[in-house]
Amino acid sequence: MSDRSQDAPSTAVPRLTVTQDNEFWFAAAREGRLEIQRCGECQTLRHPPAPSCPRCRSFVWDTVESSRRASLHSYTVIHHPPDPAFEYPLAVGLVDLAEGTRLVADVAGIPHEELEIGMVLEVGFAEHAHGEILPQLHRPSGGAA
Amino acid sequence: MTEDGFSGKAAIAGIGATEFSKNSGRSEWRLACESVLAALDDAQIGVEEVDGFALFTMETNPEIAVARALGIPELTFFSRIPHGGGGACAPVQQAALAVASGVADVVVVYRAFNERSGHRFGAGPPPFAYTANTDQEYRNWINPYGLLTPAQQEAFLARLYMQKYGATSADFGRISVLSRKHAANNPKAWFYERPITLENHQNSRMIADPLRLLDCCQESDGGQALVIVSTERARDLRHPPAVISAAAQGVGPQQISMSSYYREDIDRMPEVELVARQMWHQAGVGPDQIDAAILYDAFTPMVLLQLEEYGFCGRGEAKDFIADGNLELDGRLPVNTHGGQLGEGYIHGVNGIAEGVRLVRGTSVNQPAKSVNTVLVTGGSPVPHSALVLSADH
Repeated sequence: MSDRSQDAPSTAVPRLTVTQDNEFWFAAAREGRLEIQRCGECQTLRHPPAPSCPRCRSFVWDTVESSRRASLHSYTVIHHPPDPAFEYPLAVGLVDLAEGTRLVADVAGIPHEELEIGMVLEVGFAEHAHGEILPQLHRPSGGAA
Repeated sequence: MTEDGFSGKAAIAGIGATEFSKNSGRSEWRLACESVLAALDDAQIGVEEVDGFALFTMETNPEIAVARALGIPELTFFSRIPHGGGGACAPVQQAALAVASGVADVVVVYRAFNERSGHRFGAGPPPFAYTANTDQEYRNWINPYGLLTPAQQEAFLARLYMQKYGATSADFGRISVLSRKHAANNPKAWFYERPITLENHQNSRMIADPLRLLDCCQESDGGQALVIVSTERARDLRHPPAVISAAAQGVGPQQISMSSYYREDIDRMPEVELVARQMWHQAGVGPDQIDAAILYDAFTPMVLLQLEEYGFCGRGEAKDFIADGNLELDGRLPVNTHGGQLGEGYIHGVNGIAEGVRLVRGTSVNQPAKSVNTVLVTGGSPVPHSALVLSADH
């Protein structure tokens, strides 16, 4: 970790590709809300966002706000190669949201040896590589689980 | 083989490569030209006869640059296939389709790069990742959280697979040990005469848990080319034809490049199963008739998952299938006899296709004692996927 700043002065994380299909999600994240896209016809939830519903092909959609309750579907702990945007080892999780759909986010504040598939997590928000406010996974607040 | 379609109508008649190194000292363009000339020489086909090229979209040496440098006067067919190593076998399908339909007579496939001394795939996103368009939009959902390299992106699948089926890091390590054993006997391999033990694997540093350093393929400099002509013509050439009896691509439900994380079972690979179905249908064989296989080994867990998706063993049984010695040279299904991309070199899967050709010719440095008539060669997984069945001409 000590030589990261010498090896990689700037992050390799690409800037977000914000489009008319996904800007709602990033706008909500900036305000600390986790939104899930929902088909306006058949009500099917989808993530990542897309212009149409893969079930009924409708272009009509709205969103539901997630409770941010999640369980860990799988995870990795990254050691190499380091990027200056992160502290290593870096845990990254794939979670099942309580409402349905999955989400990838980095994990903060949990010792890596305590990570376990199926554990209950909560989606919070934190600043990321280019200052974006994006999801980050934590233990649930309030001592639940 | 099926009576219609292109199955069996084209063959790989020539293979040629540069050395596989960590620093070629030459341009990628020159590596492409050298490998193309070597493959044409192997086939004993004149350079001016080339009228088609089929390449990766990731190939940085365009067909017109190679045609210009080598004085190839006319091209009637040139196509590109996306998805990197996942698509590795698909340019050969393009070539076979072009030859079988008469669009071109001599189609060359090549992949050439300085992928160690130049841009390293294991270091982070490729240069084109920084273009804001729909093609790269999927990165929004992985890159900002630290999943930047292929090893990191495949680790979720490996972790869940271990949990579900009780596979261990040592089970992945057996693939690495096997590949390095084969590479140790292959003078072209970077790891020639450098085998490893399971203990070496277990002691290698963690890259993206559960993937250790020795679960990851190499980064290599080099070029590999293949020459595809009609099977009829190939019969009159220098080497026995490696007949393309199946060649297919596959995209599965809710496919996302390297990160199809939103399906019910992320450790299953429907795009691979789709390609497998096409293999067996086109070639008219099943997994039991496959004599040897080159399974894309960017990361060891994918060899286990592919063994299962292609039906060589049941779901969750790959660890036992491997431990029982089935992948050894004298086993049921010799695998990655050149040493794989773990041991020989990483030429984005195209060096594996060349080894498939050698197995059918009977000229692998690790040629199994049994007769090898039918070889499966696969691309990366899940990505989107591709594969070939190469057969002896009987």
